[in-house]
Amino acid sequence: MTFRPLTRRAVLAGGAALAASPLALPLRAQASQVLTRAIPSSGETISAVGLGTWITFNVGDDPVLRDECAAVMAAFFEDGGRMIDSSPMYGSSQPVIGYGLAKLGDAPVFSADKVWTSSDGPAQIEQSRQYWGVPRFDLLQVHNLLAWQDHLKTLYAMKEAGQLRYVGITTSEGRRHDLFEEIMRTEPLDFVQLTYNIVDREVEERLLPLAQDRGMAVIVNRPFQQGDLTRDLEGEPLPDWAAEIGAASWAQFILKFILSHPAVTVAIPATSRVDHVRENLAAATGPLPDQAMRRRMAAYVEQL
Amino acid sequence: MLDWSYRLSDFLLFSPRVYWRMFELHNEALWPLPLATLALGIAMLILVILRPRRSGRWIAIVLAILWALVGWSFLWHRYAAINWAAFYIAPFFGLQALLLLVGGLLDRLRFDQSGVRHAAGCGLVTFALVGYPLLAPLSGRPWAGAEIFGITPDPTAIATLGFLVFVRAKMALLLMPIPILWCVISSTTLLAMDAWVGWIPAAAGLLALAALALRHRVSDETVQPGR
Repeated sequence: MTFRPLTRRAVLAGGAALAASPLALPLRAQASQVLTRAIPSSGETISAVGLGTWITFNVGDDPVLRDECAAVMAAFFEDGGRMIDSSPMYGSSQPVIGYGLAKLGDAPVFSADKVWTSSDGPAQIEQSRQYWGVPRFDLLQVHNLLAWQDHLKTLYAMKEAGQLRYVGITTSEGRRHDLFEEIMRTEPLDFVQLTYNIVDREVEERLLPLAQDRGMAVIVNRPFQQGDLTRDLEGEPLPDWAAEIGAASWAQFILKFILSHPAVTVAIPATSRVDHVRENLAAATGPLPDQAMRRRMAAYVEQL
Repeated sequence: MLDWSYRLSDFLLFSPRVYWRMFELHNEALWPLPLATLALGIAMLILVILRPRRSGRWIAIVLAILWALVGWSFLWHRYAAINWAAFYIAPFFGLQALLLLVGGLLDRLRFDQSGVRHAAGCGLVTFALVGYPLLAPLSGRPWAGAEIFGITPDPTAIATLGFLVFVRAKMALLLMPIPILWCVISSTTLLAMDAWVGWIPAAAGLLALAALALRHRVSDETVQPGR
């Protein structure tokens, strides 16, 4: 990952979008204060809140929406975010990321993508790289374990040749956890990506402890259940004691719960809004809940 | 092995906002062609009602051109940008165009059915031409995003089904599967987005099939009056 300054234009773009948002100011992170986590296989640190692109960045050729995505990326980097995650499955998300990166200049992105094909993995990876416009990916993952044996061979070879820094696998919404666990036990993975949030906690039983044992970084997808969870909670009162952990919204409440699990490295909420991306990064600042508070948070959400 | 844990919305790759803005961008890119295709649709409806000689040939050929246009310009170049599945659907629009073209050139399409089928066909075509564009403002979306016959798939498929209700059964059975298939795909997509208009393409497809079934029954009775 390269850390280079953002262009003034990019920062101004993010700032302009911020000014338009009434919610943003009290929910803003200072980049220097954003929690970082170490990638176990290398020791490299990375901001604990990343940016997912499922649905939100699939805006096709729409010039207005492409600029909105670029503004989200500008705000993300400005507030200390680093990892952006995508997939060839996500429609136009990859070229839209590439558009944003080109518009922002030298952004300090940690590029995480996936291989998702049953046939020619190398060709798809090269196509993805061209869409992003990066010299190489930081992380490539086998999407939903599709053709995982062949793709892992390819990714290990790329890593060996210096064309890739980290290798991982992904699943989502609790699918194929038995196979996922078997691969985690037998393959030298740097990252695993899975679904985890305050109501989807199955991975606490086996996969998260196993990731700690095996020294694998954990990326958490669908932290808000694709928005369903925050929509369900938005009519409910945030408890007064949420202030004790610095949570000013349900999104921050959920993210702080996720990040407080010691196995979690990065959570990657997806959004198309500047105020939301800033709010998400702000969740990675201030105190995190301890075990007692985690139990209290889960019990509170469960009884709603 | 099929994974039944997936929900319909899990297959939705884009947000409703992106989907609906796509029609605004498409109309803007092709303007004023939407006015021309709408005028063509109205002219074809008048031809079907007045039934001048050889009109069937020209209706089929114009429909073929519009299916090719929608498949190429909308599905291949517009929709596929946000939904890779459109790459696989677009060739079916080409096939439909080819079938209509062959039917037209061979003069095998006679839009000459009357009675209830005539009324059903007129209703479907009129709705596709006039009613479908109104769905945008009725749903709180701008007029600029109206879905126009000959430009976007839903009204094109529904109007085609309406025209095919006027055609004799064998040709209709050959030409209806692809428009029906599109109506199913479109309804599925729209319902996954929780859009109330999602019931409309499926309902139009069912109405066309019902009209066709009625024609079958009436035709059978006509052929075998003593049964």
